[in-house]
Amino acid sequence: MGASTMSCHAVARPRDESLSTSYRTVAVVGPPNSGKTTLFNRLTRLRQKVGNFPGVTVEHHTGYVRDLEGHEVALIDLPGVYSLTPKSEDEKVAVDVLTGQMPGTPRPDAIIVVLNSTNLHSHLVLAGRVIALGLPTLVLLNMADELRKQGGHVDVLSLARQLGTPVALVSAITGEGIVAVQNFLSAATASPEPLELPVVGSTRGYREWAVKVGTNAKYHRPATPVWTQRLDSIFLHRTWGAIIFGVVVIGVFQTIFAIGQPLSNLLQHFLDASALQISNHLPHGMLSSLIVNGVWKGTGSVLVFLPQILLLFLVIGILEDSGYLSRAAVIADRTMSRVGLNGKSFIPLLSAYACAVPAIMATRTIENKRDRIATILIAPFMTCSARLPVYTMVIAAFLPNRPVLGVFLGTRALAMLGLYVLGFLMAVFTARLLKSSVLKSKDAPFILEMPPYRWPTLVSLGLRLVDRGKAFLYRAGTVIMLVSLLLWAATNFPMHHGQPPAVQDSVVAWVGHAIEPAIRPLGFDWKIGVGLLTSIAAREVIIATLGTLNGIDPQSHAVDLQAALKHELTPAGAVALLVFFAFAMQCMSTIAVVRRETNGWKWPVLQFGYMTVVAYVAAFAAYNIVGHFVH
Amino acid sequence: MIFNFIFGRHKKQPKRPASALADLRVGEKAILADLELSPPVAEHLMNLGFVPGLEVTVARSSPGGDPRVYRVEGTEVAMRRDLSRHIHVELAGAPVFGD
Repeated sequence: MGASTMSCHAVARPRDESLSTSYRTVAVVGPPNSGKTTLFNRLTRLRQKVGNFPGVTVEHHTGYVRDLEGHEVALIDLPGVYSLTPKSEDEKVAVDVLTGQMPGTPRPDAIIVVLNSTNLHSHLVLAGRVIALGLPTLVLLNMADELRKQGGHVDVLSLARQLGTPVALVSAITGEGIVAVQNFLSAATASPEPLELPVVGSTRGYREWAVKVGTNAKYHRPATPVWTQRLDSIFLHRTWGAIIFGVVVIGVFQTIFAIGQPLSNLLQHFLDASALQISNHLPHGMLSSLIVNGVWKGTGSVLVFLPQILLLFLVIGILEDSGYLSRAAVIADRTMSRVGLNGKSFIPLLSAYACAVPAIMATRTIENKRDRIATILIAPFMTCSARLPVYTMVIAAFLPNRPVLGVFLGTRALAMLGLYVLGFLMAVFTARLLKSSVLKSKDAPFILEMPPYRWPTLVSLGLRLVDRGKAFLYRAGTVIMLVSLLLWAATNFPMHHGQPPAVQDSVVAWVGHAIEPAIRPLGFDWKIGVGLLTSIAAREVIIATLGTLNGIDPQSHAVDLQAALKHELTPAGAVALLVFFAFAMQCMSTIAVVRRETNGWKWPVLQFGYMTVVAYVAAFAAYNIVGHFVH
Repeated sequence: MIFNFIFGRHKKQPKRPASALADLRVGEKAILADLELSPPVAEHLMNLGFVPGLEVTVARSSPGGDPRVYRVEGTEVAMRRDLSRHIHVELAGAPVFGD
């Protein structure tokens, strides 16, 4: 208790009454792993919004706090950076915001620098560079609790004197010393006096300056936490490390596949039931159809992703906040390096086997922008769960189940396995293609800081879930909703005596007929064409569409639908359909989420085009090769 | 042994005396000399604490042998051999500055 009150008063600079107007906009900067986001969350809680700076994929949060007089101050949480040399996208964003050159963002009135007090010599370099900008600055030495616990020490007053700015020891996790922020916001301080910074702006010069400042402030660096050393000797152990990694991987996969999937199904079931309830209470007609089949089902197709997204972010949040995610990345790196990616892509790609939507959102743990884009672009090739019903139906219709390896493996399971391998191989091929061409990242090798192990906090996990859930619903959900409504309109017009038409007379059927010449070389007729169009809503929708077009309920008469399918497709056409589904980006939710994560239409459009071309060419090849042997 | 098969194991490189970070064994210490890397990469490493003159320790190896984790003062950083090969170190001597 005593320690916390002590550091509260560690703000060195006296208040200057002549400058008592409070700040409107304050930027928060700090190196990665300085606890900057935890501090930002503690200060603003749920009073924050996510935004993208124009033209870049870097996302930022703006939060609102009240100073002691009740004035509202906007805090801009900048990306974690080590320096202010605008080399990476993150650093460029930070510099642009701090110097007032970011369009749409006002120049901050003041800056809060968050440093990790257990690693001060390294982090003071950034503080020096920020103070040199000449804005009123508050330097926060975060993780005061860890510094003390591990036997470290620093003289805050001496540091404040040397830096010419207020300095406070704080802990974002316990809240110790946080009041220094409010004091700083309320009592505008004068701009810092020019610092005696190294004349030559070399990093080594800065570092030597930082060591000098630290030594003057009697900084004593704490030892590396014993627990981190002990845990690393297990988690990175040659045998145990690999076993634990395997268990974690299976755990992540099982969480989204075995828990998330049934939850999504349950939600879907509930939404379907409620749709029925709503339609019973509405007068039959166009309006009812619009509300139930358009708006409500559109909302449903957004909502069903939420359980998986939240679960994946809970798991990733635990892994990341505890520090294990970095270790997992190190372990997976060797395997991932073979396809030109690094270990950080592993967990997102693994989750793509359940669903590409949460997987693409999970790529934000990859700092390197090019690796992140490459991972986003290959994720939809992984065989997601929405492909399974399609695969199952087509395989069941065309392939008799015969044992291949006794009871262990039948022909159908083998075909299914083959499709998994096919998607994986195309992902590897695409990754190699991208990393050797447009997304080559020569100057961004795998360099990963290993944070110490920490207990994840519920607040941090909770805020992360709320944040990701909101980002998905608002930013991706709107696109999914729009496409749902368009698809609804296409299947419900033109009206016939005030009633929606049968599917074969609707707009979507016209389009199906129109694209028939294009898909004929793949062995598909217009009905399959309609299925390809409606499956953009979600891949498995093709089954319901084919059922409707053939007048068969696919749920109760699966065998009849298989028979109809056999009538519609040759065996070669069936193989082509499977190959098409393995490669095509038949998923508006994925498109929407890629647009949201890359902050623009460029990548989703390129990706959709690339995957459609690949799917078309591969299906064409499959149709002709298989057609040559099987009749 | 199956892990070695899956993750691949790097052959031990008995090259001595060490002059690059990659040649050090786990647990060994040295003084960072110069970073023979492109300016942005060298800059990034220096920002993380890999400043010539400071002491570096090979903290750990990943189960596959590559990448490995290196420690400079309070910071632990993982990097691949293809990078640590270009970071030159001096085996003898004390840190030029730092704590």
